[in-house]
Amino acid sequence: MIKKILINDASEAFCKKVNELSGETVSRCDQCGTCTGSCPMIIEMDITPSQMMRLVLLGDESVMETKTIWICASCYSCTARCPRGLDASKVAEALRQIKLRQAIDYMHMEDMDPEELKKFPQMVLVAAYRKLTG
Amino acid sequence: MKRIPYYPGCSLQTKAKHFETSAMAVAEALDYELVTLPRWNCCGAVHSLTTDDLMHHVAPVTTLLRSKEFSAENHLDDSRLVVLCAMCLNVLKRTNKRVQELLEDRTKINDFMYLENSKYDGSTIVIHFLELLREIGWETLSQKVKHPLSNLAVSPYYGCLLLRPKEVGIDNPEAPTIQEDLLKSLDAKVIENPLKNRCCGSYHTLVDKDVVAELGYDILINAQKAGAEIITTSCPLCAFNLDQRQENILKKHPDFTKIPVVYFTELMMIAFDLPLEKAGLDMHYVDPRPLLLKKEMLHE
Amino acid sequence: MRIGVYICHCGGNIADVVDVKKICETVQQQDDIIFTKDLEHTCSEEGQQTIVNDIKENNLDRVVIAACSPLFHEKTFMKLLEKAGLNPYMFEMANIREQCSWCHPSKGNATRKAEDLVNMAVKKSKFDKPLQKTSMTIGKRVLVVGGGIAGIQASLDLGDSGFEVFMVEKEPSIGGKMAKLSKTFPTEDCATCIIGPKLTDVATHPNIHLYTYTEIKDIQGFLGNFTVTLRKKARHVIQEKCVSCGICAEKCPTKVPDEFNEGLSERKAIYIHSPIAVPRKYIIDEENCRQLNGQRCGICEKVCVQGAIDYLQPDEEEVLKIDTIIIATGYDTFQPELKAVYGYGKFENVITALQLERIIATGSSGPPLRPLGNRIAFIQCVGSRDEQAGHEHCSRICCMYATKLAQLVKRINPNREVYIFYTDLRAYGKGFEEYYKRAQNAGIKFIRGRTAEILEDPKTKKLFMRVEDTLSRQMIEGEFDVVVLSNGLMPAKGTDPVANLLKLVKSPDGFLQEAHPKFRPVDTLVDGVFIAGCAQGPKDIPDTVSQASAAAARAIRLMNKGQYDIEPITAFIDPDLCDGCEKCIPACPIKAIQMIDGKAFVQGALCKGCGLCCAYCPKEAIDLAYYTKNQIMGEIELALSSKKPDETRILIFADNTCAYRLADNVGTARLSYPHETRVIRLPSCSRITPSMMLYAFAKGADGLFFGECDHKASPYTGASEAIQRNIRIAHSIMEPIGVDGNRIYFAELLASLLTDYYKAITNLIKIAKKEARPLTDEIRQQLLSSSKQVLSEEKEVIR
Ligand SMILES: Cc1cc2nc3c(=O)[nH]c(=O)nc-3n(C[C@H](O)[C@H](O)[C@H](O)COP(=O)(O)OP(=O)(O)OC[C@H]3O[C@@H](n4cnc5c(N)ncnc54)[C@H](O)[C@@H]3O)c2cc1C
Ligand code: SF4
Ligand code: SF4
Ligand code: SF4
Ligand code: SF4
Repeated sequence: MIKKILINDASEAFCKKVNELSGETVSRCDQCGTCTGSCPMIIEMDITPSQMMRLVLLGDESVMETKTIWICASCYSCTARCPRGLDASKVAEALRQIKLRQAIDYMHMEDMDPEELKKFPQMVLVAAYRKLTG
Repeated sequence: MKRIPYYPGCSLQTKAKHFETSAMAVAEALDYELVTLPRWNCCGAVHSLTTDDLMHHVAPVTTLLRSKEFSAENHLDDSRLVVLCAMCLNVLKRTNKRVQELLEDRTKINDFMYLENSKYDGSTIVIHFLELLREIGWETLSQKVKHPLSNLAVSPYYGCLLLRPKEVGIDNPEAPTIQEDLLKSLDAKVIENPLKNRCCGSYHTLVDKDVVAELGYDILINAQKAGAEIITTSCPLCAFNLDQRQENILKKHPDFTKIPVVYFTELMMIAFDLPLEKAGLDMHYVDPRPLLLKKEMLHE
Repeated sequence: MRIGVYICHCGGNIADVVDVKKICETVQQQDDIIFTKDLEHTCSEEGQQTIVNDIKENNLDRVVIAACSPLFHEKTFMKLLEKAGLNPYMFEMANIREQCSWCHPSKGNATRKAEDLVNMAVKKSKFDKPLQKTSMTIGKRVLVVGGGIAGIQASLDLGDSGFEVFMVEKEPSIGGKMAKLSKTFPTEDCATCIIGPKLTDVATHPNIHLYTYTEIKDIQGFLGNFTVTLRKKARHVIQEKCVSCGICAEKCPTKVPDEFNEGLSERKAIYIHSPIAVPRKYIIDEENCRQLNGQRCGICEKVCVQGAIDYLQPDEEEVLKIDTIIIATGYDTFQPELKAVYGYGKFENVITALQLERIIATGSSGPPLRPLGNRIAFIQCVGSRDEQAGHEHCSRICCMYATKLAQLVKRINPNREVYIFYTDLRAYGKGFEEYYKRAQNAGIKFIRGRTAEILEDPKTKKLFMRVEDTLSRQMIEGEFDVVVLSNGLMPAKGTDPVANLLKLVKSPDGFLQEAHPKFRPVDTLVDGVFIAGCAQGPKDIPDTVSQASAAAARAIRLMNKGQYDIEPITAFIDPDLCDGCEKCIPACPIKAIQMIDGKAFVQGALCKGCGLCCAYCPKEAIDLAYYTKNQIMGEIELALSSKKPDETRILIFADNTCAYRLADNVGTARLSYPHETRVIRLPSCSRITPSMMLYAFAKGADGLFFGECDHKASPYTGASEAIQRNIRIAHSIMEPIGVDGNRIYFAELLASLLTDYYKAITNLIKIAKKEARPLTDEIRQQLLSSSKQVLSEEKEVIR
């Protein structure tokens, strides 16, 4: 089934909000796909990073329901290579933040096995906590 | 002995203690004392990327300020702040850049830090230990080598945050050589891994070990294909993902052969022939000692 | 002095708003005015006739016309004066249409402003002096720098038209990049076959002097009078003796990568540049020859039966007298090592497009320079359109050359699979789209995605490419035998030395900047210097050739008459005031001022008439014709004399190219803006010295507005910097007296940005009225005295 993307006040507002929160201007994106080709996490994603940029441009809020925004590991591979000097990792973070600020977490510490948790270096817990919970 | 402030961060005095102890030993051999900041905050491990989130920059800025005060009060020879962990490096440097460039943010963050003794002005310089070594000079380092790593095939692994984003990276983000240069000065046989800059999966190791195992597999197998016998890293998280997760790799890829992953400082200790109690060679999931024994880098 | 003043109704365009009759009466009161007349349509035949008759009957020596914008009719009226026997520069215009009746709807205000504008023009006219266009003789000698197809075409056109051409090429042979190509898109003519005859034509042309293996060492002078010093590099083979038998190269033991084949084959230290080299003579490569590097060898000398080898041959210099110059220094391809992710230089199967050109070009005459394998991928935009590589520009032709090369390799072996990975496919030229379609028909697979990275299998040396297919949104991991990098076209390093000698400006992409992108696309801002081909920007051969012919035609236009006129609006020095301090010498951006016998002297042929130097002379010894100090001070005074005590008044200094035009455009668009403004028109605001600024405040101005061309569009170099410097000096004096610095506003403007102009003016008025500290009479008095001191103090202030 082909999805319809609506362009209206809401879509414009969403795009603007993500631009503001991320500090990026997604309309600059050439849709060249360099970010996707550089992304180590791509196998786990449901949409490509360039597609994420596109959906934000179109103001399609369904982008927030994708796995991609949580899978992005902020490795900055895309940032280092984007020919337009864009930073897709900031856009992913902005999208995560919109969710997290609605108190919708991606990870729940209480589900973790406490024995298992002891194995990790502290930084893992801090980082995951910061990235995946509100 | 030159004294320079050092920031440990959350993992270097716990799970990655041996990275710290080995680095300190190596520094000492090079006439440097890494002086641990007496008061520091956890940097937060990840740099907050949204434009409006200043709260999470307060902790790193506090550390930067305290480092500045500490080195001034104690008349340290070098006022730059040394870090070992790649994630700390990234957070401290990026936050520093932000408050250097955005005056408004600096003011606000300083307002948050009203309990501190002074205001932060953006003047602390943060460097990675590898950068300090590069400054000391590969020549000088090679003069310290008593135990050349001549027949050890070492493949350096960089991961992300030593190199990216390039405004805070310590080397060419696509073609770094700093670890190679270091290893060459120890006379090691340097093996080029085409995936040396590929992400290890980072904190996803917590939620999805299989993904991280798969990423690690790719990285390690490529190093092995190129002929590597051992991998070096400079980040406790990379080290964990590449070393500890070999357990998970083996479950998915039974034909995989394990390969030791160590901090570059551990190999430096061997090369400098320093007493190895502090090297932490016994702290790894894949024990590097059998290989090192075989290569006659260790005495029983 | 006998001045005639005309006020135009312009139908109702002016008279409906401005009370023309009233102005006629009030203006009449100035001295030296013989009469003031109003005319219905000054520019009409009837109007013009009236003026001619008046001039003759009343023996007028100056004419002032208040009408439309001088940008509209100044030329018309100046010609009219000439017809009537008056010097055309004894003329002033007051712009009471675009800058008055059209932008100030209130009749009263418009009339008051018009009155001031006419008075200003009358005052200025009193200082007018007859100015003569001088003629300089010019010869027919052209220097063409660069022997690529651009230089070749320009030289042949010039040579055929009877001009004497001196063509300088730094390489041992002419031909440039085109000589290396296999075939040329979109028609697929064989490149060597079509360029070959042209190379011979150049070499044998009676009007072309060919200097290969030669560099430009120095260029001095100006249009019609350039002195060019060449450095002819030693070839160590006496050209007259060498018969190109090639025995020397056969015996020479030193092998070096062959540049002509892009390093894919080897040549000797004594070599011939290429199979189609012109001139076809051997030369010794100094860098690699053993004998010339202190090792014992001397083999070539022994085997050469002609005795052509001369190890001791020195470089030689030659000095040429030149009238015009064409720069055709071409481009360099992007250095692919800089894009580390593609592994060029590291992976043996990653090659460049130019290498592929050589492989195909040499393919018919022997074994291939290297194997190409079965599955081939092209990566587009390598180094272009890439901020990470530092180049934002599109190289324009790589899409098409890849389309060409893909078809050629496929035609050689139809079983080959050929992929082109692109971001946007640019097929803009004549026949390009059809050519692209042909490639699709041939089964070339065009995939939309920019390759992120390449990995190599260390054993098989096959290449693995990671790239997104952005149309299906899937990740591709492709396995290829050979990857071809479509390297972009970058500014040539060879351009720099010549561009620096001539002070040519570069556009932000690093290529040479044309004088005007629309109307003067092959001129530079330096008179008599033209650009052609890829030196100006990436382009294909047809565009290069058209540009080369255009450059030749533009050069001919200047030289054909044997003389050319110099605009009389130039700076001039009062030798009595000049004390030889030499401050003006570095100030002039085009170095038009020289010291002669201890005094500064402005080279009229070089001077562009911007007036920038005036503010740098501590003795006020430099002035600008038609915009003299007296004229500007007079205009300032009259622009402010009618000001009432409670009124605010802003002086707008507008450069003729952009800001004045912008002010006109605002009027044409009928946008109204505050009437408290008076415009003074200048070639460039850099003419306004700090002391003039202070004088304006002293005389009643409340704010000064400087509008100057955006530096990219400006015909003058360095104007903006000079204006800012002058403002800084003024600030340093007025602020301590208590005048707010932001009473002076400076903006780079483009003639099209109407609202910018409006906003800036209203803002300045707001500041002058409300936000700034008030300007008391006392302060103005202080300003008046300090305006006179500025000049002596300037020296310290600048530091
Ligand atoms: C791979 C590839 C394929 C191409 N295929 C096609 C095609 O199929 N069809 C097509 O139309 N176009 C093609 N082009 C474009 C074509 O090469 C250019 O349009 C053309 O060569 C431009 O000619 P030019 O004279 O401006 O520059 P160049 O060919 O670069 O010539 C400039 C000359 O100036 C000399 N020079 C530079 N500096 C100095 C100096 N200071 N003093 C003296 N001499 C100097 C250089 O040595 C050189 O000989 C291709 C380009 C590439 C890279
Ligand atoms: S690399 Fe940059 S320009 Fe290309 S698709 Fe990704 S975000 Fe857009
Ligand atoms: S920052 Fe995120 S989107 Fe970008 S390459 Fe890394 S994981 Fe992929
Ligand atoms: S002298 Fe130089 S050019 Fe001649 S043969 Fe020897 S190396 Fe070759
Ligand atoms: S011409 Fe095509 S390949 Fe070349 S830079 Fe432009 S878009 Fe890229």
